[in-house]
Amino acid sequence: MTKKNCIEVMEVSMSFNGTTVLENITFSVEEGEYLGIIGPNGGGKTTLFKIILGLMSPTGGEVRIYGEPVQRFRKRHIIGYVPQRAISEIYFPATVEEVVRSGRTARMGLLKMFSRADREAVEKAMDITEVAAFRGKLIGHLSSGERQRVFIARALASEPRILILDEPDVGVDVTSQEKFYSFIEDLNSKFGITVLLISHDIDVVAHQVKSVLCLNKRLVCHGSPKKFISEEYMQELYGKKVKFILHGH
Amino acid sequence: MPEIFELEFMQRAFAAGLLISVIVPLIGVFLVVRRYALMADTLAHVSLLGVAVGILTNSHPVVSATVASAVAAVAIERLRGIKSLFAESVLAIFLSGSLAVAVVIISLAGGLNVDLLSYLFGSISTISPTDLYMLTAVSVAVVLAITLLYKEFFLVSFDEEFAEAGGVKARNLNLLIVVLAAVTIALSMRIVGILLIGALMVIPVVSAKQFSLSFRNTIFLSIAFSFVSVASGLILSYYLDLASGGTVVLVALFIFLLAFIIKRPE
Repeated sequence: MTKKNCIEVMEVSMSFNGTTVLENITFSVEEGEYLGIIGPNGGGKTTLFKIILGLMSPTGGEVRIYGEPVQRFRKRHIIGYVPQRAISEIYFPATVEEVVRSGRTARMGLLKMFSRADREAVEKAMDITEVAAFRGKLIGHLSSGERQRVFIARALASEPRILILDEPDVGVDVTSQEKFYSFIEDLNSKFGITVLLISHDIDVVAHQVKSVLCLNKRLVCHGSPKKFISEEYMQELYGKKVKFILHGH
Repeated sequence: MPEIFELEFMQRAFAAGLLISVIVPLIGVFLVVRRYALMADTLAHVSLLGVAVGILTNSHPVVSATVASAVAAVAIERLRGIKSLFAESVLAIFLSGSLAVAVVIISLAGGLNVDLLSYLFGSISTISPTDLYMLTAVSVAVVLAITLLYKEFFLVSFDEEFAEAGGVKARNLNLLIVVLAAVTIALSMRIVGILLIGALMVIPVVSAKQFSLSFRNTIFLSIAFSFVSVASGLILSYYLDLASGGTVVLVALFIFLLAFIIKRPE
């Protein structure tokens, strides 16, 4: 059985003040895929995510979610978003539970009170991410690894079918990172959630994801991790000869 | 019954004080956590412009202040969306710009008079029954809006981008919060005064924040601190014959100092 495309990026271009950030990007993501997006700083990765999420309108082309243009796509809550982390959240007076519950807001809709189903979804998200034990703690009192899990719990609270993570491993120590990626893999394999992930860690991307998309303003390659490790692509991506060494896991 | 509660104008002052001690920090918390505390002061200065226009044109100054403040709130929020203009710069332009226009209008109207001074520093004896009715209506609107849209306001305050990615209309919610702040400020100036209303919107919230509570409990504690500041400030100002606005804010500052000492900031 062929899988359905959940995201279609069609000839998307983006420029700011005359500077091109993305050039004619076309690819699609099938349901259940685990896609790693990699590329140099300024290569347009975060911009691409923001266009997929409907936070920015591209200067050319369009993005479709389940066949509908993203700007008109009403069930936006089925996309769970884990943004790049901001320092400001550390000082915000909010508990873990309050933050995770806020992930349910978009799905519930205006003027709706928390129903039993909503509360159960929030509990499930906290259980899966193992943050329920410190639900009463302030978000600013957590370690960076714990805080990262809370943001994933918030994204999962809306019971998404697609999870989009923008550099979720920044500031997370190596041990937590390994646990974190095996957890993301579980979300993909056990719960069938489509995962799109930006990471700077090429090693992680090569080992964890099912397919890789290399981006440097334009699409350099899109395929299996094995294909991407070839020197040819690395050189095109980072502009110099880079030897890629795989670490055993 | 103590004399203070028998006087009709003091009854109105306490009723108005009770209302603003609830709604001012209720709005203020959403400004403080977003580092937008200067918004309160800016809108208060715009209210002064409204008061000056009201006095010059012989219309109700509270009504003209409310209109001026609400229009400015919408304009500021729109301009904040333009990335090349920094949000703080937009506030500074409105704060000093409205003050400049107000000063010119005041000089046209023949300079400072007692009425204008009562708006600047607050005067409990000037609260009219109409002021109290208007304040009651706005208080009901503010409490209803925050209660019904609490989860949306929390989400947008905590992470605007995440809210928008989920399809929540963050821009409309931001606009609603600043308009509610504008109307609250314009109607609260009789008690605390234009120059000090910003302080009441911010200080009780910052004091409550020292206790590292959940967002919901931070709101409740802010209201409690604000209530104690307004009630004791009004009583002190009556018996010691002091300006009500200054006394209320001094009590709020005292509570902040205590909170700061008890709970050392992280």
